[in-house]
Amino acid sequence: MYRYIIKRLLLVIPTLLGAALLVFTLLRLIPGDICELRMAGSGGYFEESAIQTCRHEMGVDKPKLVQFGHFLWGIARFDFGNSMWTGQPIVSEISRRFQLSMEIAILATIVAILVSVPLGTISAVKQNTWIDYVVRAISIAGIAMPSFWLGILIILALLIGSQHFFGAPWMPPITYRPIWVDPLYNLSLVIWPAIATGYRYSAVATRMTRSALLEVLREDYVRTARAKGLWEKLIIRRHALKNAMLPVITVIGIEFAFLIGGLVVTEQVFNLNGLGKLFVESVTNNDYAMTQALVMLVVMIFLLVNLLVDVLYAWLDPRIRYR
Amino acid sequence: MKGIQLKALCALVAGVAIGVGAAVPAAAQAPKHGGILKYVVPDEPPSFDGHRETTFALIHPVRPFYSVLIKVNPDNPSSTTDFVCDVCVGKVPEPTDGGKLYTFKIRDDVKCHSGEKLTAQDVLATYKKIISPPAGVVSARTAYFVMVDSVTAPDDHTVVFKLKYPSGAFIPALAVPFNWIYQKSKLDKDMHWYETNIDGSGAFIFDKREAGAFISGRRDPNYYDKGRPYLDGFQAIFAKKESLRVQAIRGDRAAIEFRGFPPKSRDDLVAALGKDITVEESDWNCVLITTVNHLRKPFDDVRVRKALTLAIDRWGGSKYLSKIAIVKTVGGIVFPGSPLAATKAELEQLDGYWPDINKSRAEARRLLKEAGVDLSKTYYLNNRAVDQPYKIVGTWLLDQWKQVGLKFDQHVFPTGPFYDMLRQKKEYDVSLDFNCQSVVNPLVDVSKFISDDRSGASYGNYKDREVDALFDNMNRSGDPAEQRRLMREMEKLTLDTHANAFITLWWYRIVPHRSYVKGWKISPSHYLNQSLDNVWLDK
Repeated sequence: MYRYIIKRLLLVIPTLLGAALLVFTLLRLIPGDICELRMAGSGGYFEESAIQTCRHEMGVDKPKLVQFGHFLWGIARFDFGNSMWTGQPIVSEISRRFQLSMEIAILATIVAILVSVPLGTISAVKQNTWIDYVVRAISIAGIAMPSFWLGILIILALLIGSQHFFGAPWMPPITYRPIWVDPLYNLSLVIWPAIATGYRYSAVATRMTRSALLEVLREDYVRTARAKGLWEKLIIRRHALKNAMLPVITVIGIEFAFLIGGLVVTEQVFNLNGLGKLFVESVTNNDYAMTQALVMLVVMIFLLVNLLVDVLYAWLDPRIRYR
Repeated sequence: MKGIQLKALCALVAGVAIGVGAAVPAAAQAPKHGGILKYVVPDEPPSFDGHRETTFALIHPVRPFYSVLIKVNPDNPSSTTDFVCDVCVGKVPEPTDGGKLYTFKIRDDVKCHSGEKLTAQDVLATYKKIISPPAGVVSARTAYFVMVDSVTAPDDHTVVFKLKYPSGAFIPALAVPFNWIYQKSKLDKDMHWYETNIDGSGAFIFDKREAGAFISGRRDPNYYDKGRPYLDGFQAIFAKKESLRVQAIRGDRAAIEFRGFPPKSRDDLVAALGKDITVEESDWNCVLITTVNHLRKPFDDVRVRKALTLAIDRWGGSKYLSKIAIVKTVGGIVFPGSPLAATKAELEQLDGYWPDINKSRAEARRLLKEAGVDLSKTYYLNNRAVDQPYKIVGTWLLDQWKQVGLKFDQHVFPTGPFYDMLRQKKEYDVSLDFNCQSVVNPLVDVSKFISDDRSGASYGNYKDREVDALFDNMNRSGDPAEQRRLMREMEKLTLDTHANAFITLWWYRIVPHRSYVKGWKISPSHYLNQSLDNVWLDK
């Protein structure tokens, strides 16, 4: 097992290099640069020399190979330099947002697991009954409905509902306070995006739980357990569900990694100062340094989560360990 | 007698009652101290250096920390010519030496938040950085001060600007709200210090920046304008999405957004909040320009360019577009509120502004036919991926041109690629571009329309020496009447005779805010009147 983990960790290096090359090249294919954006973007007048000075300062006038070398050297030292837009250290810019994104991702995952596993199980056990149809309708709606749209509906519902019932419109806070500073304020901010994203997330996981469980329930060993006269609930909980969880965990893992940097629109809808919002802003601002750092961070998160999922597989299915 | 006395008593009581009634609102308007103003800002600023940046996203959260030499009169911000001293003493000085020498006396009670006294040496160091920055330092406003010959500070209380020639553009350029006074000692140590740090002498002291979330400030108890600011502090919250900003005001998470909302958002807020919302509106010193690429056929032909402008129904467009977009005012190359702007009668003489749109479009069709334009071809309109008002105005233009037989495809890009196309690639036939300034300074603002080898912001790829000469003469004339005459000539050449570029509609600023926000007055620019020292909360 340890050898397997070390092997997987070593594989991280070429993956990171490939991702670095890809993001570096793709970013430079986008027309325009940060200096032009800063000078011309507000409709001001400026001398062309001001743009040249800015380009020199940002290092975007250097040969591409030199820029790539700097980028790689930065990755090797875990030092991504300063944001080209704000001039502040990238590590501090990201770490502030990481906390919020992680909190939303964890909360959304909890919402998703709490909803998907029971619903998926009931749906499979009660296959082709009205309960199954209702659960399937709910989960299909969740997949079809973008979470940012659900977010907008939630905000509007809160505003209209609170004005109707309490006389003054209320909406979730639009600035963040950590949970250990002000738990109530924090929850009143993060619970809504967690529900909005958790619903879509749970819909995918519910469908996966249902189909995986249906497959397992048709296995010989389940039939054997039933023939032995085991209690149905025990069969499902101990024998079927645990084995059906493998693909569900894969889905949950991938979705979790996606949530860390992928809540691009939902974060804007709730004005969450997370990594997704930072991602959009850095791409819009042609902030190469920040975008590159964020992509590398997301790649690392995906690699780490995939590794954790693989380790979890081995724990859930002992056969995998001995292969 | 008794009756008379009774009547007199009744009259007295009534008089007192009316007097008290009248006095109540007056007393209620007396500024109250205290409270934190929360407002939303659509973007996060790049650096903190006002001298290098050009975005309002820096002005809104950071301007309250700084003082400036002169500013637009906060009590009369809609005026385009009313300027008052901030750190200078008395009134804005009149020039001497035939309009070439301006001497400013600096207050001696101004202190920076770090404790040092602000002197004329700081003002001198500031303007040297803005006007002639050292190598490696970016100043976005060197072009505003081409008339300045030298700046000196003979003592700690006096700053002298010597001009090369008398210029009506100088005082408005000084009043640009980005010209924050920095400390000489800090600039001497590091010219880039203010890019990542804040230390001003404004009404508020920098408190905190939460990257991507907000910037907050607290009241400076030693502020030189005694009794001000009224607020205990402020929090500028960054919120990119417009719908969120509107909802934030509705849900009272923020009291105001100083830039402006579209008409629909105003109507929604008024419908939801009634008397709890106050709406302020103003003409806006921003305009979308139709930039025609003179390098591309058939737009190198003046008749085709004229046809483009003749096809546009500006008077009708103003009526309809102002219901859905932040555009409204019909105007020429000068902001319509300025004394140098064309009157309606003057505008109606220009191609594209005729009162009879049918006649105008008939002329456009005639010109296109005469120029032999291939009407089966589809031309390229470059536009910016911003709804308000770019995409709306772009779509409107497509329809206007279609009515004279010209077909355009609208190519919409995010800001970076949009400017790359406009400034570098130049593979468009027509592009939307915008001119958006802070202080109304027509003599500088119209530099957008001079030859591309003279102005860094002229993107039409043309050289027009007649226009350049008029621009130069206008900037060297100290006589407002002469400036106006020359401006009309330049306008006629630019929009009509040579049809180099066109104005669409000037923007219209709509700021709905919570009614408890008092003291703030709308100006023709979202860059102006943002020191917040005059704002108070009626809570």
